Amino acid sequence: MSVSGARLRWRWAALLVAIAVLSFATGCNRPSSDHTALRFWAMGREGEVVAELLPEFERTHPGVHVQVQQLPWSAAHEKLLTAIAGDATPDICQLGNTWIPEFVALNALQPLDSYVAGSSTVDHSDYFAGIWDTNVVGGKLYGVPWYVDTRLLFYRRDLLAQAGFSAPPKSWQELYQMLAAIKGSVGPDRYSILLPLNEFEPLLMLALQQDEPLLREDGRWGNFESGGFRRALEFYLGMFQRGWAPPLTNSEVSNVWNEFGRGYFSFYISGPWNIGEFKRRLPAEKQDSWMTAPLPGPNGPGASIAGGSSLAVFSASRNKPAAWQLIDYLSQPAVQRRFHELTGDLPPRRASWADGPIADDVYARAFRDQLERVKPAPKVPEWERIANEMRVVAERAVHGELSVDQAVKELDARADRILEKRRWLLGRGAGG
Amino acid sequence: MRFERAAWWFVAPALLVIGVFFFLPVFAALLMSLTDFDIYALADLRNLRFVGLGNYVSLLQTPLFWQAFGNTLYFVVVGVPLSIGVSLGTALLLHSRLARFKAFFRTALFAPVVTTLVAVAVIWRYLFNTRYGLLNYALGSVGIQPIDWLGDPHWAMPAIIVFAVWKNFGYNMIILLAGLQSIPEELYEAARIDGASIWRQFRYVTLPMLAPILLMVSILTIAGYFQLFAEPYVMTQGGPLQSTVSVLYLMYEEGFKWWNLGSASAVAFVLFLVIFAITALQLRYTRQRAWT
Repeated sequence: MSVSGARLRWRWAALLVAIAVLSFATGCNRPSSDHTALRFWAMGREGEVVAELLPEFERTHPGVHVQVQQLPWSAAHEKLLTAIAGDATPDICQLGNTWIPEFVALNALQPLDSYVAGSSTVDHSDYFAGIWDTNVVGGKLYGVPWYVDTRLLFYRRDLLAQAGFSAPPKSWQELYQMLAAIKGSVGPDRYSILLPLNEFEPLLMLALQQDEPLLREDGRWGNFESGGFRRALEFYLGMFQRGWAPPLTNSEVSNVWNEFGRGYFSFYISGPWNIGEFKRRLPAEKQDSWMTAPLPGPNGPGASIAGGSSLAVFSASRNKPAAWQLIDYLSQPAVQRRFHELTGDLPPRRASWADGPIADDVYARAFRDQLERVKPAPKVPEWERIANEMRVVAERAVHGELSVDQAVKELDARADRILEKRRWLLGRGAGG
Repeated sequence: MRFERAAWWFVAPALLVIGVFFFLPVFAALLMSLTDFDIYALADLRNLRFVGLGNYVSLLQTPLFWQAFGNTLYFVVVGVPLSIGVSLGTALLLHSRLARFKAFFRTALFAPVVTTLVAVAVIWRYLFNTRYGLLNYALGSVGIQPIDWLGDPHWAMPAIIVFAVWKNFGYNMIILLAGLQSIPEELYEAARIDGASIWRQFRYVTLPMLAPILLMVSILTIAGYFQLFAEPYVMTQGGPLQSTVSVLYLMYEEGFKWWNLGSASAVAFVLFLVIFAITALQLRYTRQRAWT
């Protein structure tokens, strides 16, 4: 028994050695260098359809093969951070543009200024300024906008007309007048506007329309006690206090499109993805009754948020020139128009809007107009967390637990606590 | 001596695995809870600060932690007795000699345990819907005003409790059913001869005989219910007004949403200490006050 046991052990050892040698040999035997495999991570719907744009790229760039990996949005952030921690980042990636400051803080992204300078396709001045700006951190460019995402008013034309108005509001004052009139005409069981309490965006947009920034001293401290944010919060709360907006979250509305169709609310602040959804989900006889409009501001047309996704190159990539070529290709207006047809995503540069179906789309027109007035959220890695606190505190104020004064104080306290480490890092950087 | 050494060799593989995959990570997490590990530290370890018990101190000063702790306690204090009560009730019904189609009901009542939580949560969201939900429809038919189950901060936690009890009672039911079946029939026979009522039989025969199993079931259920996470995660995302944020949900947000792994580890250790203390108390209490 002991003899056969020893022999068996030897066989196992030999097998293990063989496996080790083989895996080492195949590990060394990488594909030859004239063939570049470009690893491209993309999220959600974009990740599904971008593959259709790639054969043309591979035809015009022989030797480059693009491997697309799709990530679900819900897991993308976590997966990217894990990839950075494990040195397993892709060459090129789609990034939500609010994530860029965070990934810059992680030293994960490659500055793209020199590539843009040498490109004939990517023309800085053709891009909407607010969108371009979201990619600039500390004076350097870390991403090229791929598609844009901003929010504006979706409204029911028929219900607005029934309340006595023929055009959507241009200013805060007009918006209030219309909300009051609609509430009067639809009765107690329906509302004028839906501002879901689980989204920070509606309040953020009102705040971005103000002159004062949301954070001060290079993002060291919160600036919520400023007059601008106070005005925005008062305006926001006013819509709930007067009974124009129901204090609901999205999950309680269950089916936003149905409810919009039934006239449960007449105004809804949302993004471009809902153009397609409303076209698809509202019945045919309701299709003439809805429209989009740019956001009203404190005095005349106002700003909205500069959201969307950018394409970024990771600093650990060994295929940066090829990665840039892919960005360059995906930035061509013709390719972007095709991308719009596939996804409904709005292109980030004016040339892409000038032609094709998007130029004739009546629902997209308001977005085209709004994109000239978009502003980025504060560019600090902590912003998403601060925005979440903003939502939580605003929700408490909506439920009457906090006054405006208490809410803005509380928000500043929370923001300052979250920014403590940033202050320490900046202070240390200045010191040595 | 030789036997002892041989024994150590036998348990060594298991110890090694437990050491590497359990004690080492736990120890690392303990160390991490004494630092302010976050994305800046992920970028460059020089950005890591040793903060001692700072995470724990600031955690205990954070209102949201106490709110989460209160929410979790609410869930445990209401949910555990309710859950065990329902389990015991259904186990007694299934054990009853009057019950028909036992195998069918046993399977049907156990079914929620093996369903996918995310899928049934979608269905329960519809049941809880304020305007179209079955629950409000039923309440409406007896003249009760519709309740905004998942949107009202006072009702969200009860809704979560109802959902969690429905989802989990089948598991304990099976264990208790096994316990009931192992009680000798002679005891009931003797009790009946002595003229004991059904209630007295339950109180003085069933309960004492079930006591060890009830203790085990309650320890497992309390430890499990303290780790409330998935239900609020899929039903309410902690809302409305953070009324369904549990301690574990807070840890998840700290750690994996905001990537503050230092303070998230501190939350985990506080939760561990709480569960540990409660289990120890429970064991001591039942040892002192033996049934029968």
